[in-house]
Amino acid sequence: MGNISVVPFGPQHPVLPEPIHLDLVIEDEKVIEAVPSIGFVHRGLESLIAKKDYNEMVYVAERTCGICSFGHGMGYVEAVEKIMNIEIPDRARYLRTIWMELSRMHSHLLWLGLLADAFGYESLFYHCWRIREQVLDMIEESTGGRVIFSVNKVGGVMKDMDAAMLARFSEKLGEVEDQVIAVRKNFLYDKTVQLRLRGVGVLTKQQAHDLGCAGPFGRASGIATDMRTRGYGAYGDLEFEPITSNEGDSFARCQCRIDEILQSIDLIRQAMGMIPDGDLFVPVKGNPNGEYFMRIEQPRGEAVYYVKGSGKPYLNRLRIRTPTFANLPGLCETLKGADYADVPILILTIDPCISCTER
Amino acid sequence: MSTFLNFTGTLLKNLVSKPVTKNYPEEPAVYPERMRGRIVIDIDQCISCGLCVRSCPPRCITVDKNEGTWTINRFDCIACGYCASKCPKKCLKLIPGYQKPGRSKAAVTYHKSEEVMEAERKKAAEMAAKKAAALKAAKEKAAAAGAGTAAAKPMPAAGAAPAAKPVAAADAAPAAKTPAAEKSAE
Repeated sequence: MGNISVVPFGPQHPVLPEPIHLDLVIEDEKVIEAVPSIGFVHRGLESLIAKKDYNEMVYVAERTCGICSFGHGMGYVEAVEKIMNIEIPDRARYLRTIWMELSRMHSHLLWLGLLADAFGYESLFYHCWRIREQVLDMIEESTGGRVIFSVNKVGGVMKDMDAAMLARFSEKLGEVEDQVIAVRKNFLYDKTVQLRLRGVGVLTKQQAHDLGCAGPFGRASGIATDMRTRGYGAYGDLEFEPITSNEGDSFARCQCRIDEILQSIDLIRQAMGMIPDGDLFVPVKGNPNGEYFMRIEQPRGEAVYYVKGSGKPYLNRLRIRTPTFANLPGLCETLKGADYADVPILILTIDPCISCTER
Repeated sequence: MSTFLNFTGTLLKNLVSKPVTKNYPEEPAVYPERMRGRIVIDIDQCISCGLCVRSCPPRCITVDKNEGTWTINRFDCIACGYCASKCPKKCLKLIPGYQKPGRSKAAVTYHKSEEVMEAERKKAAEMAAKKAAALKAAKEKAAAAGAGTAAAKPMPAAGAAPAAKPVAAADAAPAAKTPAAEKSAE
């Protein structure tokens, strides 16, 4: 038996963009146990329902996270719409789906860059973010914001994409696709990347199931969980299969996310081909009275929005469960038995979004 | 299957191609048309209804109807555009381009021009006169209708009814034959 010591990791660490603290129990160079603690960036967004009415809360819900902002707004808005029995126009459903997939693309490209940075591949990091920039440009051109979209409202969407814009985006998506395919080759077939990721932090399907892993983290371990198959938004009309892998290591997680970028491009193309004409929103009267659980697929996994209203403009309760929160037990499991040098990579492979988690 | 030097082609291409970044301060940034940069107001169109004040999520707008001012704390504004979507006169607008940075949080106040204020005061006076005239006409009509039935019963309370309350004045109208009640109605 070697020397056992406890090494604090975070909340300030070069690999972490956001604060999370882990107490790593280490025997020589191996991690035996990891104890996470969160709570460094709690902002109390959920309690703002007492001060903002349900329409203003759309903007608050969106600001839960800086990366998956559109998904948070969409999840909240759809929950309120379900409570109020609002049937939104088809065009709004398709536009939401397109924006959601653009948001997923930019989130995954950001993550790929961070991963490349974590294993010391700086030029690949910059290249990934360079591709992401084109997606951000599309988002800014269509919504007016690069990160915070602010196009959702209860009853539909506020901005439209005309035919010329859709054609332009379709062309641009082709360029992005070529670049992603080139980068994919580099991530999946490069010897240096493989040496760093293969067999690191393996999580079996049974473990992932028992620990309730969500999103690409769970899918890389073979769990075909994807909330998009529930068919919210326009996903019910589109054809796709959840991307899974059976290996469950860091490499599989990387592979799942790259393939999801290509899947998103395909979904956007399908949605662009089928988008119907029509109104952008329906007028909304009254206040939400009732409760609803909305489950949507964020770039990082399944997010749950619980909304409860009692016929007043101010809601009674808003509760958000984010994917990173669900993936933390899985992360601690993968850390057991890992080399100390692999800890930063393992933390990155769940795509941690701590601000989301703490709301 | 793994190979070496996958990235070399991309790297060489990047070496000889133009940079994707811009030489920003020298080369001005181009913003898309829809960009939610900052909020501007066409203050002379504003009717000081206060819908923007009530809709603003961070509560950064204040409106003073009497002074004819519209004040925004731009450092609290989140550029969501909700106020612009609520504005009935469409005088609020989000335009591309960021606001200037500053050293301290300061509110900016916009004043309506003197001509607009003058016109508004005139209009308000006209409206008040019109309302008073309408009120008087209604009262006279009611008094004429009630004259036959309640003519002989002067009520002391009728004279005490405040003139500013149209309902109370209308209630008092059946007893309006007394000189005191007529005086108060005027």
